[in-house]
Amino acid sequence: MLTSQFLLLGAILFCIGVYGVIARKNAVLVLMSIELILNSVNINLLAFALRNGSADGHTFALYIIAVAAAEVGVGLAMVLLIYRNRRSIGLDELSEMRG
Amino acid sequence: MIAAELLVAQNVGFAIIALLMIVAALRVVTTNNVVHAALWLVTVLAGAAAQYVLLAAEFVAVTQVLVYIGAVMVLFLFGTMLTRARIGAEHDLNNPYWRLGIPVAGLLFAAMAIALVSSFGDEQLPSDARVVPVAEISDQIFGPYLLPFWALSFVLLAAIIGAIVLARKD
Amino acid sequence: MFAASETLAPLSGGWFLDNAWLAPVVPTIGFALIVLFGKRLPKKGSELGVLSLLASLVVASGAAWQWIQRVNSAAEEQFVAPVVRTWSWWQAGGVEFTIGQHVDGLGVVVLFVVAFISTLVQVYSLEYLRGDRRYTHFFASLTLFSAGMLAMVIAEDMIPFLLGWEIMGLCSFILIGHWWEDGANSRAALKAFFTVRTGDIGLLVGIAILFFAANDWTTENLGLSGFSIRGISAWALSGDPNSTVILMAAIALFIASIGKSGQFPLHTWLPDAMAGPTPVSSLLHSSTMVVAGVFLVARLYPVFFAGLDILGPSSNVIMAIAAITIVIAAALAFVQTDIKRVLAYSTVSQLGYMMLGLGAGAWLPAVFHIFTHAFFKACLFLCAGSVGHSASHHSFDMKRDMGGLRKHMPITFAAWVVSTLALCGVFPFSGFFSKDEIIDNVGGNGYTFFMIVGLGGAFLTAAYMTRATYLMFFGEPRGAAAGEHGHDTHGHAHDAHANHPDHSGPHESGVLITAPIAVLAVLAIFAGLFNATPFGESWEYLKKWVEPRAAVVVEAHAGGPGESLIIAVPNAEEGHSKSPCGKETPQDGICYAPQLNHAKFKWSKAFLSLAIVFAGIAVSWLLSAAFYGRRDPRLVGLTQRNGLARAGYRLLANKYYLDDFYERGIVSSVSGPVARGAYWFNQNVLDGILHGVARGAKAIAHVVYRDIDQRLVDGTVNASADATKTAGATVQPIQSGRVGHYGALLFATAAVAALVFVILNT
Repeated sequence: MLTSQFLLLGAILFCIGVYGVIARKNAVLVLMSIELILNSVNINLLAFALRNGSADGHTFALYIIAVAAAEVGVGLAMVLLIYRNRRSIGLDELSEMRG
Repeated sequence: MIAAELLVAQNVGFAIIALLMIVAALRVVTTNNVVHAALWLVTVLAGAAAQYVLLAAEFVAVTQVLVYIGAVMVLFLFGTMLTRARIGAEHDLNNPYWRLGIPVAGLLFAAMAIALVSSFGDEQLPSDARVVPVAEISDQIFGPYLLPFWALSFVLLAAIIGAIVLARKD
Repeated sequence: MFAASETLAPLSGGWFLDNAWLAPVVPTIGFALIVLFGKRLPKKGSELGVLSLLASLVVASGAAWQWIQRVNSAAEEQFVAPVVRTWSWWQAGGVEFTIGQHVDGLGVVVLFVVAFISTLVQVYSLEYLRGDRRYTHFFASLTLFSAGMLAMVIAEDMIPFLLGWEIMGLCSFILIGHWWEDGANSRAALKAFFTVRTGDIGLLVGIAILFFAANDWTTENLGLSGFSIRGISAWALSGDPNSTVILMAAIALFIASIGKSGQFPLHTWLPDAMAGPTPVSSLLHSSTMVVAGVFLVARLYPVFFAGLDILGPSSNVIMAIAAITIVIAAALAFVQTDIKRVLAYSTVSQLGYMMLGLGAGAWLPAVFHIFTHAFFKACLFLCAGSVGHSASHHSFDMKRDMGGLRKHMPITFAAWVVSTLALCGVFPFSGFFSKDEIIDNVGGNGYTFFMIVGLGGAFLTAAYMTRATYLMFFGEPRGAAAGEHGHDTHGHAHDAHANHPDHSGPHESGVLITAPIAVLAVLAIFAGLFNATPFGESWEYLKKWVEPRAAVVVEAHAGGPGESLIIAVPNAEEGHSKSPCGKETPQDGICYAPQLNHAKFKWSKAFLSLAIVFAGIAVSWLLSAAFYGRRDPRLVGLTQRNGLARAGYRLLANKYYLDDFYERGIVSSVSGPVARGAYWFNQNVLDGILHGVARGAKAIAHVVYRDIDQRLVDGTVNASADATKTAGATVQPIQSGRVGHYGALLFATAAVAALVFVILNT
């Protein structure tokens, strides 16, 4: 297996995630796109761990999974709060902090 | 020869799973149905777990399935449910400027692809890679990377408390 | 090197000679102390005045004594060098300005006279001005005056000389106007000041001419500046000066003397100056200040000698003016009713005598007359003051408030008579020895006409003084002398009345008044013996001590006469030195004084003058007795009946209309147009400039406000604010507050950055 094939896969997923962040209005869908990005990073890490023969990549992949979980938890809590206050979770409506 | 076969099998396996992941990812960001998007995300995550196995990271693969698919996606579904996502198609899930995302993503991918291919080119992953035992991972966690581990535990603690504080009704 | 030469004795010096500069300095300090502390002292500052003048008197007496020793220590024909000390106080443009002392015989005589009479007058003033409203200031001014005159006398340089001269003028103004509440007094003070000022122009011009003419010569030959008195004297006799230049300088200086010493035509201020208190009149305007003009001529005598060609074939302007002065002043003294004015005109006339003597080359008799005149004239004034103080209730009107006072005021009367006889020149009183010497020498030098004028003046002097004596001390008491309490006829509105216990009639004055009078009277009797030419040469003390010897001097070193000098005396005969000083340019040496002649005394000439004087006394006595006493009907009302007499009387009463001419003719005709011109200039030019500037400033302010401030400055400020606002508004959409936007922006930027990195690294 080529190293680059995994890395390319990671890159593709990352870009799709980026597209999702930019294009999606729904807060939950944006969070999902962020999950895509995080997973692409994980693939990258593990590919390099295999290439270098160390366990560091694994460790950090685990850390990223843990952080992603925490982040989704907090993020969804916020989304819930927003929904409670506005009855909608369209990100384009959240413009109170407009300068 | 068997190695060649294995390799061929791995490559084929990788190719199929990768294709699946990409299509699923594209469906995540393009579908009009929130629940469908969540399910396509599950597909992506599962595919990722399979890739981890191919990368001889079994423990991570299992953790991925358990935590990511098992907890995070459930969380997502709950969130979708609690925010009254319409069952069925909705028509305003995209920003008005969603077209901007295409060139941006394209540009980004082009940059990354060029960088990767020019750096790694024909480099092969080692074929006789050993499987990393869990013990070694735990040695790493509780050894050199102890501090990030503690930080992570704080993060999780903060996330739990924060989520509770944020979401409670009174 | 010289035809006949002698080495000479070193001249003796002394502490007083070296420190004669203390004589003006101590009264100056006294003046300052009186001004600062006088009012708080028990005697209101007068004790400081008397003490400081007493100190000056001690210095002057000591200096005189030591000068006499110095002269005695010199050889027969040796030039007795003056004691000169200088301190430089400024240097500018190569000229060094010095202040110092120049003590010689003339200086010592006048120093003594000034210090002595100042002291006596200060003592007199203690009683005379008791209770006066400006007692302290009076003593301050009197002390300052003495300081100024003493400074002028010992001045070594024309600049301190000028300083002393001006201080005297200032103090004269202050003292004449002492009771300035009366307008007449302040007008008199102003008149005195301005008239003398007119003469002072001559002093400045003269000093300037002499400096510029003499400076080169004096610096080269003596190492002195052209201001130095001995430098100027030497230069004048050196043959170096251009005759026109030195003539101009002499005339300019003489104009100053005319003003200060009250010669015709600037004599008009002296009688009016009698508005001041009597001590002032006796000190300043009879014996000391008015003598300053004579002193100037005597001090710089070589300038006049060379410039006006004294002892030359013709008479000169000094003599002419002096002669006129003698006669017109004497004539005016006849029509005065104010005794002080009689004495003022008498002073003018006697100053004329001194000037006549100087003009005719009789230097020593003129200086001697300064000496004796000071004593008897001061005594006369103080007697008049005594009469005014104790008899006539401060009135000096002879006709109205005096008469028959000899019984009541014996001391004053005796002093008056003695001084009058001295003034008239009666043997053996002092005036005889001085005035008659002047007349004698004037005739002896060949000016017969002026000698006759002098004799005529003596006749007139005797006459008017007899008239005054008769009116004051003889006849029946009139007015205040008779005990009538009228209002003060003169404007001497001072408050001594309160302190003066009202006696029923005239009485002798207190001891503080009579003592100075007595002292002066004694001197009026005996002062003549200082230079009693009739008694032989051994009695001619002043000639020996005071007259500078006309000897050619070789400087031992530049910078001043040295102690041992060598005279070049070609063909010296015993007893006489044939010095070329004054007659020719000295070779190989320097002359400081010209050679003068001395007339030989003959008793026949003396008897002639005495006869004239007695004739004058007799005629005047008879006329006075006839007119004022028994009222002879031929004389009473003569001026009303006779047109000629009336015209003559009116001419004299109006002082030859000179005052009117000066005031209306000269002063008004100049001051009026000048004042109007100045007013026009002020209103139109100065104010015009001011208004123009103001208008310009206003216009500029308008422009600045409208264009620069409002448009430019405010516009810039507003534009910058607008620019900021626009920039903000342009950038504002980025802060949409929408997460989606932020995310999009972030990733877009990241993509671009990534691309850049990739390109840079491949």
